[in-house]
Amino acid sequence: MIRLENVTKVFPGGSGPAVHELSLDVAEGEIVVLVGPSGCGKTTTLKMINRLVEPTSGRITVAGEDIMAFPAHELRRRVGYVIQQIGLFPHRTIAENIATVPRLLGWERARIDDRVGELIRLVDLEPGMRNRYPRELSGGQRQRAGVARALAADPPVMLMDEPFGAVDPIVRGRLQDELLDLQRRLRKTIVFVTHDIDEAVKLGDRVAILNIGGIVEQYAPPAEILRDPSNSFVETFLGSDRGIKRLSLIRVSEVPLEDGPMVDKSATAAAARECMERYGVDWFGILDGKKLLGWAWASDLDGSSLAGIEPKPFEVRLSLDASLREALDTIITSHTRVAPVFDGNRFVGTITAEGISRELAK
Amino acid sequence: MEFFGDLLQWFGDNSSGDSGWLARTGEHLRISGAALAAAMVVAIPLAAWLGHTRRGGLLAVSVVNIGRALPSFGILALALPFTIWLARSTPLIESGLGFAPTFIALFLLALPPIFTNTYAGVRGIDPDVVEAARGMGITERRLVLDIEMPIASPVILTGIRVTAVQVVATATLGALVGYGGYGRFIVDGFATQDEVELVAGAVLVALLSVLTEIGFSALERVVVPKGIQRRRRADVVPPVAV
Amino acid sequence: MIAAPFFRWDWVFDHWGLIGEKVSEHLVLTGIALGVGLAISMVLAVIGLRFPRTYPPITWLTGVLYTIPSLALFAFLVPITGFTVLSAEIGLVSYTLLILIRNIVAGIQGVDPAVREAALGMGYGSRRLFLEIELPLALPVILAGVRIAAVTTIGLVTITALIGQGGVGFFILRGLNRFFNTEIVLGTALSVILAVAVDLVLVLVERLLTPWMTERTAEAS
Repeated sequence: MIRLENVTKVFPGGSGPAVHELSLDVAEGEIVVLVGPSGCGKTTTLKMINRLVEPTSGRITVAGEDIMAFPAHELRRRVGYVIQQIGLFPHRTIAENIATVPRLLGWERARIDDRVGELIRLVDLEPGMRNRYPRELSGGQRQRAGVARALAADPPVMLMDEPFGAVDPIVRGRLQDELLDLQRRLRKTIVFVTHDIDEAVKLGDRVAILNIGGIVEQYAPPAEILRDPSNSFVETFLGSDRGIKRLSLIRVSEVPLEDGPMVDKSATAAAARECMERYGVDWFGILDGKKLLGWAWASDLDGSSLAGIEPKPFEVRLSLDASLREALDTIITSHTRVAPVFDGNRFVGTITAEGISRELAK
Repeated sequence: MEFFGDLLQWFGDNSSGDSGWLARTGEHLRISGAALAAAMVVAIPLAAWLGHTRRGGLLAVSVVNIGRALPSFGILALALPFTIWLARSTPLIESGLGFAPTFIALFLLALPPIFTNTYAGVRGIDPDVVEAARGMGITERRLVLDIEMPIASPVILTGIRVTAVQVVATATLGALVGYGGYGRFIVDGFATQDEVELVAGAVLVALLSVLTEIGFSALERVVVPKGIQRRRRADVVPPVAV
Repeated sequence: MIAAPFFRWDWVFDHWGLIGEKVSEHLVLTGIALGVGLAISMVLAVIGLRFPRTYPPITWLTGVLYTIPSLALFAFLVPITGFTVLSAEIGLVSYTLLILIRNIVAGIQGVDPAVREAALGMGYGSRRLFLEIELPLALPVILAGVRIAAVTTIGLVTITALIGQGGVGFFILRGLNRFFNTEIVLGTALSVILAVAVDLVLVLVERLLTPWMTERTAEAS
């Protein structure tokens, strides 16, 4: 969808090329994240795609067409662009802001109005926001309005330059989730720039790790980069908690689950003890058919049956959707040191620390 | 170019005597200097005190607006009957014409911008600096004189400089109420349709304005403490152009 | 004390028509000066913004014009363009240029760079960018300059009485010549009242034109 061939950018007065002979392919419908330290040329590269920065040499094509083949402002009307400070026009209402590119393209009034309404719903803004001015909105709302504005003319390609950098971590996480959700529905081709490796790992279908001068050190899906960093630069950039970062990419549903020290409520105390010994723990879980009632200490066993024992509820129940990172967090913080997994209300198995290590070692 | 020759001729012919341009230079400087000095004496302490105590912000802004709305010509004309009366009934001044009304008009012209710029300069000082100084036990008087005024000096001096140039230019109006100065050449030249005299007067004022500008810029460089010397943007409010 | 009553209200009421005439004249002179001044300033400002190297000479020239005493300038124009409205306007317009150009440029340059970048990124061409984005957002600063220019011009119009125009300056000059205080006070007072009124009107205009503003801008110099 987007192809950069040997693209170079030299700024007058600069001490070397900001971007040197960069070649990159972005496939249709994927999110590619450009990430790297300051000065690696990620923003410059992004801006060359919509010609806010003109390449010194090399070729860039979008949907097969050379971007130099038509006037810059025409290109930009077909490419969505979102920046960190958003740049909403303060003198226009949210509706007018969103309608910017459709107006530039000459759409009719009615079509623009419909589209604005559609987008406001799409990015989860209240319909009442239409006629407000940007200054009346919160940071997160403004960010969403900025995304809606970029999507207005339904461009196949979106360029996003650290769009979530200016909001607090809670809002940022939410906006990232919303972007992924939008992408599931719209399947745009997105080039996303960030300096935050965690954001890159979370959002990217493929991630390009750039070094100073626009050198691509590694370009692959995040799981692959985390598993096999191609050189020491990438390794250092990924950080020392590489393993834990990988965990956030793996779903609980992808790993084999163990039964864990669970016994049915009708089982004998002896069976419970035997179970506990097998797993080497001092507690056991109590099932009622497929329903997990809770757990009890070995010392709670009194007599030959389990009758009379009040099971303590498990504090955290993981869904199949959860990441191994959450599982690890649960395991570390609970008494039981396992994380019980549920499909809705149905207990399906447990994850242990050993299970997680085994998965990482694969 | 013939005109240019005539002009030079005029300067040569008219340099001496009470109505020569040398004498008029003195007159022009005298009235400008007096009005400026008086405005500084009145405005600077008042504005510095208000700025220091962080009061009267609305006043400072209004003063400039009002000052701009006062037509110097009107003020000059209004001052005349007053000064004539003053001369007749009190021994304070000798003549109601000439110096007195011109002084009043120029004084009122210079007051607002010097006031506002001094206020802005003192008010705009980093409050942390003031707090630190107070914390060290400095007295209020020393604080204003030794700390705030020097720090505010670039803004204050810029205000004085710009005002001085405007006062020099506006002093030409004095000729309308009988004063001398360079305005005399302009008014007389206009009345007698003597273009050479008229242009000569204008040229003299222009030269004096430039010299005033240069002079006060140099003064700034001398007076403003080295640590604060830097190019100041136009935070300055110019007075009414006349 | 001053012998005759200082200010004669009866004279004022007797000459109501004349006063009205002069006030209109005053406003017309001011209006023309502001209109022409704004037009010229806009052109020069755009040139200065587009070709930054022209900006210092432009400000230098308009600054020099500003410093020339109005008396000298008007007197100098008379042999060339006569005792006409044109002479008055040439002078009046010259005095508006410095403040207007400075404020237009400052206003445009003060537009949030993120807004400019977003607009370019969305595909705004430079002409529409200027007209639809930069200019509207620069309005508060520009209008602050217009206010200052308006008030200044109203004061300067009084001096044009010396070359046969004058608006309410007519009363000041005539009062001065015949030692008639009422006229002097009237002329001066009217000038002040007009300045304050026009200033207020412009404040209202600014509020109408910029519904998106929260804090009103303080006056730019």
